[in-house]
Amino acid sequence: MKLPIRVILIATIASVTLAACASKTKPTPVASDTGTQTTTTTTPPSNTGTYSVGDLDTDSCLRQRIVYFDFNMTDIKPQFQAAISCHAKYLRQFPGARVTLEGNADERGTREYNLGLGERRGNAVSGALGSAGASASQLNTVSYGEERPVCKEHTEDCWQKNRRVEIVYTAKQ
Amino acid sequence: MTTETFARFAMACLLACSGSAAIAQGLNSDVPTIDIKNGTATATPIAVVPFGVEGGGLPPQTDVADVIRADLNRCGQFRALPKEDIVESPTRGEEIKFPTWNMLKQAYIVVGRDVQGAGGDVRVEFELFDVAKQQRLQGLSISGQASDLRGVAHQIADLIYEKITGVRGAFWTRIAYVTSKGTGNNVAYALMVADSDGFNPQTVVNSRQPLMSPAWSPDGRKIAYVSFERGNSSIYIQEIATGSREVVSANKGINGAPAFSPDGTKLALALSNGINPDIYVMDLASRHTTQITKHFAIDTEPTWTPDGQKLVFTSDRSGKAQLYETAAGGGDATRITFTGESNARASISYDGKKIAMAQGNGNVYRIAVLDRATGETKAISTGSLDESPSFAPNASMILYAATEGSRGVLFAVSADGRVSQRLVLADGDVREPAWSPYRQRGQ
Repeated sequence: MKLPIRVILIATIASVTLAACASKTKPTPVASDTGTQTTTTTTPPSNTGTYSVGDLDTDSCLRQRIVYFDFNMTDIKPQFQAAISCHAKYLRQFPGARVTLEGNADERGTREYNLGLGERRGNAVSGALGSAGASASQLNTVSYGEERPVCKEHTEDCWQKNRRVEIVYTAKQ
Repeated sequence: MTTETFARFAMACLLACSGSAAIAQGLNSDVPTIDIKNGTATATPIAVVPFGVEGGGLPPQTDVADVIRADLNRCGQFRALPKEDIVESPTRGEEIKFPTWNMLKQAYIVVGRDVQGAGGDVRVEFELFDVAKQQRLQGLSISGQASDLRGVAHQIADLIYEKITGVRGAFWTRIAYVTSKGTGNNVAYALMVADSDGFNPQTVVNSRQPLMSPAWSPDGRKIAYVSFERGNSSIYIQEIATGSREVVSANKGINGAPAFSPDGTKLALALSNGINPDIYVMDLASRHTTQITKHFAIDTEPTWTPDGQKLVFTSDRSGKAQLYETAAGGGDATRITFTGESNARASISYDGKKIAMAQGNGNVYRIAVLDRATGETKAISTGSLDESPSFAPNASMILYAATEGSRGVLFAVSADGRVSQRLVLADGDVREPAWSPYRQRGQ
């Protein structure tokens, strides 16, 4: 019984780090990756690899700057953990780097309430980056509520694009 | 006359009024389109006869009677006889042939005349009669600038309204609202002020960053609002006439939802300090803030009760947004809304008896009014994403924002929800209407 659990754990770490640092495709659920990726656990622990400033523009993981949320929810969904790990790693490596977490909400609910909701989401991403090693001085949250929609249709398709936190680098190093 | 025909007549009249004003002002795109969605058969019939002109100058650009008629129609309590049905044109009480107006089933008749003076001054005299009793109820005159005949007309409409209903009229008031044009990174935001019927829009502030939550000072001279021009939400207070303004709150996190106390000395607001929004009250003279609520939930949108003793605010402490009430100095909060999945953004009537709010059920958001005496809640709007209700200072009407396709428009609805009027005030998005307090002369 012990071995399978260990295998799964290794697989989990592997898939997260792979998704974080190598995979160009969207991170996929852990379970579906386990079989194939256990053999390719050559990626070093995430805190020993190095990024360059240029990786912000080229690295597929660091280029993921938007975290999406469910309606009225503020918890970070598993598929965004990988991107958050990459940004935390970058922030650890470049202590002068600064990010603003811009929290946004869809149009449902009142505007001032949505300011609060956007801040909760921004703080959720900020907290996750902090837990992963970014320092508090590198992190700033601004909530725009529902004031900066990327689309204006009254459909779930549009709403889900607006329920987001954008990770904006205000200093790269 | 059926409700439907009345509505059609009223719409034709209103469209004609706004059309002629558009030509007169040369501001076609800025003049509001006014549609009345449904009339009401129980409204009081009143004839407002076209006013005469004395004094020998050119006929004025504004037809005072048209403005009065439109005002009385849109409040829902009156049904003004359409201009084309007015068969006689008395301009003085002694010229009225009462049998004619009796036959037209009019309860009241208004006659009057513009008396033009020197230097752009004008005096408008009017008389109000009870048709059945053939009795003069009112005979007054209002003076003003010829360039502000609409303002004079709104003041006359207020006096007529008050004489008949016993409640002060609120037509000579203003509305503030936010507009946005463009998408993506190229959005232009503006905070606007216009007459209560949407005419004479003026820009209070332009911004490339979002503007939110306009709130009037009780003297009607200032507006507090939220602007992101400093990169984060900050609260400004701006004097409308001079444009001078100052930042009163720019703390870390959210600085939102300003609301002047009824005596104008304090500002309630929502501050998050980077954690989560709670309600605070700022003394405007000292800028000292007092924390009123302390809860891990989102507490926002404070509104003062008319006596200044309590604050009604939005909180999601029970899971979804609901309205709560607390003492203005702080203390326990009591939940006051229990119907609908969510309720937010309270607007309280001047007498404290009614609270208008945005009520959410599933994906449908409508304006609902809570009667505090009975505890009953009634929806008064019919859209799917209606928000930001704002009572007129006499509570006869409620302004709110609605969506139409991908744009936002404003609606004014009678307090009973029976008469609804759509105000299209600009291209692009129009939202967050705030009805001004009563105006003082010279303002």
